[in-house]
Amino acid sequence: MTGLAAAPGAAGTTQTPEGPPTEKKGGAPPRDSASQWRLVWRRFRRHRLAMLGLAVTAALYLVAIFADFLAPFGTEHFDEDYPYAPPQTIQFDGGLHVDGYTTAVDNETYEQTFTTDPSQRIPVGFFVRGEEYRLLGLIPWDRHLFGPTEPGAPMYLLGADRTGHDLLSQLIHGTRVSMTIGLIGVVVAFVLGVVLGGLSGYLAGRADTVIQRVVEFFMSLPSLPLWLGLAAALPPEWGPLQRYFAISVVLALIGWTHLAREVRGRFLALREEQFVTAARLDGCGRRRVILGHMLPSVSSHLIAQLSLSVPAMILAETALSFLGLGLQAPVVSWGVLLQDAQNVRVLETAPWLMIPGLAVVVAVLALNFAGDGLRDAADPYRR
Amino acid sequence: MLSYVARRCLYMIPTLFGISVVAFAIIQLPPGDYLTTLVSRLENQGESVDRAQLESLRERYGLGDPLASQYVTWMSSILFHGDFGQSFEYSRPVADLVADRLPLTVVLAVTTLLTTWLLAFPIGLYSAVRQYSPGDYLATIVGFLGLAIPNFMIALLLMYLGQTVFGMSVGGLFSPEFEDAAWNLGKVIDLLGHLWVPVLVLATAGTAGLIRVLRANLLDELHRPYVVAARARGMPERKLLVRYPLRAALNPFVSTVGYVLPALVSGEVVVAQVLSLPTTGPLLLNALRSQDMYLASSVILIVSVLTVIGTLLSDVLLAWLDPRVRLDQG
Repeated sequence: MTGLAAAPGAAGTTQTPEGPPTEKKGGAPPRDSASQWRLVWRRFRRHRLAMLGLAVTAALYLVAIFADFLAPFGTEHFDEDYPYAPPQTIQFDGGLHVDGYTTAVDNETYEQTFTTDPSQRIPVGFFVRGEEYRLLGLIPWDRHLFGPTEPGAPMYLLGADRTGHDLLSQLIHGTRVSMTIGLIGVVVAFVLGVVLGGLSGYLAGRADTVIQRVVEFFMSLPSLPLWLGLAAALPPEWGPLQRYFAISVVLALIGWTHLAREVRGRFLALREEQFVTAARLDGCGRRRVILGHMLPSVSSHLIAQLSLSVPAMILAETALSFLGLGLQAPVVSWGVLLQDAQNVRVLETAPWLMIPGLAVVVAVLALNFAGDGLRDAADPYRR
Repeated sequence: MLSYVARRCLYMIPTLFGISVVAFAIIQLPPGDYLTTLVSRLENQGESVDRAQLESLRERYGLGDPLASQYVTWMSSILFHGDFGQSFEYSRPVADLVADRLPLTVVLAVTTLLTTWLLAFPIGLYSAVRQYSPGDYLATIVGFLGLAIPNFMIALLLMYLGQTVFGMSVGGLFSPEFEDAAWNLGKVIDLLGHLWVPVLVLATAGTAGLIRVLRANLLDELHRPYVVAARARGMPERKLLVRYPLRAALNPFVSTVGYVLPALVSGEVVVAQVLSLPTTGPLLLNALRSQDMYLASSVILIVSVLTVIGTLLSDVLLAWLDPRVRLDQG
């Protein structure tokens, strides 16, 4: 019997789909046996696109954690003198600098336009002193990874918005909200999906029919109008944090259905397995059979499925905030930043306002690739 | 077959009931009721409030009654009189407002669905038959991008490029001169000239998903013994492909309507807002922003019901196409 635990690590070994993928020492020779997670990791590493996705995802979460340090300015920082200032490029001539701006005023419309002016130099350095913040929310510090050496000098590497906020800083701070809002939603969706899907699959029969009808109901609804309805009904006096949690729960309310389907399918197949029957005959209660015996053998698959629902939530949050019914202004997320880009006329003067959209695309792609790879790697029945 | 259709229709009843409850809940969620909002709005505009009128309105909507009886009042006036209530933002019956915009929404959704199929079919077919060819990789990459780029970003980008590169405005569904004109051939042609932008934008996400489904299904079928058997008998490759695996792989086209349609309706809200289309999406958004709850929940109700009916039609079609489905469940 070649259980998974005894499979030698050489690439290309076929693993017979037999028995639960948990440890099973049986008649295996006394060899160093890899745990299930090590096997998953081994398969995952071979998937190049998935590794790239994982690296980008990890980088994004690092940015989210150290946003205060990485961003040259805080979220509150703005300079009204530079509305829609175009992006500068960093130049090197002995020391780093960016060009300053010259303004021109249109004689007819009195509109200010900015152009970068190579004759002005704004020196830029690493680990410069700037606004104070608390690193990781604990350690007070005032150094930023890079920024203008002279505080208050204009530096807009990705341009400025209408009120002169630095888009790069906003984007870095927005990473925090955008990348985490999906996580809380996913946890709620996970609990709902696993409990309802698990019951549906384990009990079968009438309970299954009822739960499946509920799932179908949620799946047949156009989700965005519903989200909008629920988001619009949030009390306006709620603070940003309350809104943030409420929105993520709203997102989860619709997002759990796919997971429930998945868990149900797996459980329906698993309940016929011999080890489940054995557990039942040994006198395990229903709870113990589900939580102790069945859930562990689908856990890796579930986690992969979960990682695929994070990008969907990021997209949903972006759409909601973009429409002005999700998160609101003092909170910075990619969707909130994109609100400024709704108008074509604005985009004509400041096309760089679309950059947060690029961040969304990169994050969603990375999470999708990583999730796809994880799903393939976690499935023991796949070659 | 008939019993299958009947069963599916029966299943629809609790779904429709659920939708109506959710829509009703959305009316109830904001603090205060229709009348308090109306009164505060009138007072803001400096208009006097007519007591008698208020009383008749209170009677009309059954406000102050328990929630269940309010629900019954609301539902029965919709079902028996086609009365969805009054929008105070526009001071017009909700039914009229929705009727203005619904046909274009349906046209947009159906056109997009057909376009999705037209695009996904050849690409998915090619991807599966020429697996791992450069074209397949290209299709996969485009597919992934289509899934990852939010609809409204594509719309924004198209609008920006249209404005800066081609100097034309991409938004709307009609040119200004046709906006209020009665329907004639010129207006239809004008509509077609504008419709392709939102259709293309909305079709991307659905197409990307469908290509992946079709490719996976076709790849499963292509290695089945019956295909090998047919090939061994000397059947030409093209005929073989069309005669057998393609028919089996066609199912996802019909069955995915179930999730493409809701996604489409969702996407429509955002895209219509960006491109300022005269469809139900922007109507819903404005209603939600100004807490015009009868209008908002009616739009949600109608759009959801239409989606469910669309899904039902696709299920029936699928059962007709594929005997496995109706024999399995019916």
